[in-house]
Amino acid sequence: MATETRTTQGAPPPGGVSFSLSDPTFRAIVYQILVVGAVVLVGWFLISNTLDNLARRSIATGYHFLEREAAFGIGESLIDYSPKDTYGRAFLVGVLNTLKVSIIGVILATIIGTIIGVARLSSNWLIAKLASTYVEIIRNIPPLLQLFFWYALVSDGLPPVRQALNPIPGVFLSQRGLRVPVPAPDPVWANMGIALLVAIVAAWGVSRWARARQARTGQPFPAGWTGLGLIVGLPILTWLAGGAPLAMDVPKLTGFNFTGGGAISPEFFAILTGLTLYTAAFIAEVVRSGIKAVNWGQTEAARALGLPSSPTLRLVILPQALRVIVPPLTSQYLNLTKNSSLALAIGYPDLVSIANTTLNQTGQAIEGVTMIMGTYLVISLSISIFMNWYNKRIALVER
Amino acid sequence: MKSGFLAAAAAAVVVSASAVAGAATLDTVKQRGFVQCGVNAGLPGFGNPDSAGNWTGLDVDYCRAVAVAIFGDANKVKFTPLSAQQRFPAIQSGEVDLLSRNTTATLTRDTSVGLNFAPVTYYDGQGFMVPKKLGVKSAKELNGATVCVQSGTTTELNLADYFRANNMTYNPVVIESNDEVNAAYFAGRCDVLTTDVSGLAGTRAGVAPVPDDHVILPEVISKEPLAPAVRHGDDQWFDIVKWTVYATIQAEEFGITSKNIDEFANSKNPDIQRFLGTSPGMGKALGLDEKWAYNVVKKVGNYAEIFDRNVGPGTPLKLERGLNALWTKGGLMYAQPFR
Amino acid sequence: MTDNVQSVGLPDERPPANTVGPIAWLRNNLFNSWYNAILTILVLGLLASAIPPFLNWLLFRAHGFDATSTVCRQDAGGACWGFISEKLRFIMFGMFPWEQQWRPLVTIAVFIALLVASCDRRFWKPWFGLVWAAGLALVAVLMWGGVFGLTYVENTLWGGLPLTIILSVIGLAVAFPVSILLALGRRSNMPAVKVLCVTYIELIRGVPLISLLFMASVMLPLFLPNGVSIDKLLRAQIAFIMFAAAYMAEAIRGGLQAIPKGQYEAADGLGLGYWQKMRKIILPQALAIAIPPLVNTFISFFKDTSLVIIIGLYDLLGTAKAALSDPSWRGFYREAYLFIGVIYWIFCFSMSKYSQKLERDLNRGHRR
Repeated sequence: MATETRTTQGAPPPGGVSFSLSDPTFRAIVYQILVVGAVVLVGWFLISNTLDNLARRSIATGYHFLEREAAFGIGESLIDYSPKDTYGRAFLVGVLNTLKVSIIGVILATIIGTIIGVARLSSNWLIAKLASTYVEIIRNIPPLLQLFFWYALVSDGLPPVRQALNPIPGVFLSQRGLRVPVPAPDPVWANMGIALLVAIVAAWGVSRWARARQARTGQPFPAGWTGLGLIVGLPILTWLAGGAPLAMDVPKLTGFNFTGGGAISPEFFAILTGLTLYTAAFIAEVVRSGIKAVNWGQTEAARALGLPSSPTLRLVILPQALRVIVPPLTSQYLNLTKNSSLALAIGYPDLVSIANTTLNQTGQAIEGVTMIMGTYLVISLSISIFMNWYNKRIALVER
Repeated sequence: MKSGFLAAAAAAVVVSASAVAGAATLDTVKQRGFVQCGVNAGLPGFGNPDSAGNWTGLDVDYCRAVAVAIFGDANKVKFTPLSAQQRFPAIQSGEVDLLSRNTTATLTRDTSVGLNFAPVTYYDGQGFMVPKKLGVKSAKELNGATVCVQSGTTTELNLADYFRANNMTYNPVVIESNDEVNAAYFAGRCDVLTTDVSGLAGTRAGVAPVPDDHVILPEVISKEPLAPAVRHGDDQWFDIVKWTVYATIQAEEFGITSKNIDEFANSKNPDIQRFLGTSPGMGKALGLDEKWAYNVVKKVGNYAEIFDRNVGPGTPLKLERGLNALWTKGGLMYAQPFR
Repeated sequence: MTDNVQSVGLPDERPPANTVGPIAWLRNNLFNSWYNAILTILVLGLLASAIPPFLNWLLFRAHGFDATSTVCRQDAGGACWGFISEKLRFIMFGMFPWEQQWRPLVTIAVFIALLVASCDRRFWKPWFGLVWAAGLALVAVLMWGGVFGLTYVENTLWGGLPLTIILSVIGLAVAFPVSILLALGRRSNMPAVKVLCVTYIELIRGVPLISLLFMASVMLPLFLPNGVSIDKLLRAQIAFIMFAAAYMAEAIRGGLQAIPKGQYEAADGLGLGYWQKMRKIILPQALAIAIPPLVNTFISFFKDTSLVIIIGLYDLLGTAKAALSDPSWRGFYREAYLFIGVIYWIFCFSMSKYSQKLERDLNRGHRR
């Protein structure tokens, strides 16, 4: 407020700084020096204590341990990992596991949350009540309690591995999680992935071109159908070209466990279910308020202009609703990512759990906690930056 | 942040009132009036509160022994239950004076974690427990098994080493709290539970719904010398803890127990006279009362008594002495001379 | 036909059955289109298959409060409420000495009374702060004891619901003034202050609470001078305060931003200094606007106290888990989680209803 109070009594003529506490500009500088000084002092106090303590107790410091052999096993990993690998690689496994549960969780929570948010506004009384009951129950119970519940439900509630439920041939459900058949390894799957990427890029190009052409000539082009055709068709063509392999890797009970097939561990199931259902309740509220924020008159106006119902939704309602939805949705995504750290409590090897093991094994608590915090800051900032960019894109362009 | 943090920190210092920067641990402890000892929060036989909140266990008794050596009173000790994760920061930072929490002495802990290990109070080794109905007779048959293990322990590392050395694979379920690990094993989440053999025995006796449904496999895959630890930088304090442990072993070597100790008061054996403080010198050297060893044995007992009371054949754990017998009986318990 | 025409007027007709009445309600709310009809039937079918087994488990086949675990294990078809009655006091009060447990019980009552009274806007006066201070002092005496003939109870023995409430309420009370300073700092014109506040707020909001608890649990001891130590509970409390301050600062910032610029200018025009302006003009309005989001912050904060289980404190969730680790009661997790879930739910739900009501009331005031 310094500049605004310049006109009050005792202020010097604009331009000069007098060294008196009654001068707001000078006072502001003094305040800032004091505050910064206090912060530096406290920081120095803490850091010097820490260094002193570390030296006194000859505790090792630094990140050299990252290159040492980790020598502990990790239950599930997206990349190859064995106890022979380094602490650094073990940490990377944890980061990837966190990203895995966060990304899948965000996608599922958005889908479920949107369905429930729309359901709360349904004209069907039963559906609306059911949805609001869900939201009110889930939102008001600690997420950690929900995680424990889901984990106990799987590890205590499902049958032992030898009596696994077999609802569909090849699919097994037991205390050890879910086992499903997956296509046997074949080079064609990688090629299909590439084809899918190419198709997405092409579909995006087509839709840009179609929009530009429509703006120029007014002629619509079915870009949506073309894009869908590309995205579905191209991978299928690749699959056919690769000899259309059909072999499946079916899980079998050998020795202690099922081998082969794809697996979802109970820990992953519990953390994913818990986080998804919890966050979905919040997203439902966000979606509901977003939709309610769009005036019904907008729909009527669009209809009056002769827009069919699908473009009305796509071009009129959604863009306005999204403007209201995106900022709170961002914070829900951030919450889900941060809450994935609760995985530690049920033994899913996320980055906190692995950093925790590392700091126990090495005794280097400061480095361990710093790594956790640093990684989460990077993830949080990335999500914020991406969502801010997206929010800017969809923001109302005021003329 | 800063103001809040400072205010909180200031309040904290007032509350804890244990600010004695730079003082020797013994002086701090004497001034405070009790030993602050870090123990396991719930491991039957080693550190475990009973339903009335009294702490029991072998590790707990060594906390009491140190308190007796200093104060002559087994109750001048307070226990801080610590998780595997909290134990090293707690001893490093001075939150506890002594860590007696079934902690394995290792090179890295001695060096980069900054601990000094007193003599071993229990020679343990890591083992496996499996449900009897699996029909497994040897750890070598565990290829492909799912193993429940507590995180942040040497156990986790030995497990990986053992399976690697024997070219077997396993699927770890790593959980932070001991209770959760046990719960996961008994629920059937894992085929195998692994920890120190003593811990397995305790879990089998105290936690298993039906103890006889579970067997402990014969293989012992590691050396786990469990020892009390203090932090680096205070040799006098280290000596006190070290010789308190030796005193319990030495008493057993002499055949002195808490029951018969007064009969030795007039012993002509100069070793025993030095030990009991009838001929002075040992206590002064440590900075303690001359009767410190007498008090330790009288009020806490010798090693055999501590062992039998907490983990021996008469307890639910039913552990044999094994490696923990005296050196004269084929074990490893050996006290350095009191002179 | 001598009757007056008017007297043979049509009798009062009931409205047609298809616009009011239960059938019409059904038609309007459940079967107003073909897909709603299908959905309704599907949902009814789902409920019909889910609710009876749940009620059976919960009530009809459940074992009463006197059931032992052996009885419960023989017939696993119903809930075992014997678990709750057996473990009730442990779950609620943790390891607090058995014969002294009236003290945490009174503590809970004091807290609930304070919270309920705080909901009444007639009490939003400065003197109510003193009531709070007195209440907290009473709680401290009850929990610690050591005076007035109460035996001293170490705070390592605290647990259960009182611990949950203490962590959240004390955290909130201490963090509140800090968060006001942070919010003002974030909107300050002084660049150094602003940068510091923004950094702090974003740093805390960018990391999960667990990492702060870890920091408090394993790093804080190393930050302090040699020989100074803080007990475990206080360390957790510090982490909560740091956490709450950042989130509450954001809620208050929202309130500050909602104050029209004219208010600032008018205060400046009166010649008020910065602190006078904030204290007398801006903050009273901003805080009133910020109360609903603050209550929401408090709700999430209340739920988040359950994380202390990870650093080994026995809050409500911690005691329930500890009760479950008793070998003779292993596996009754449904009963335990349902029980404490209901406790958490009652607290959070009533607070969220209150916050919604407050929001409506405040909006009414603004909508002149």
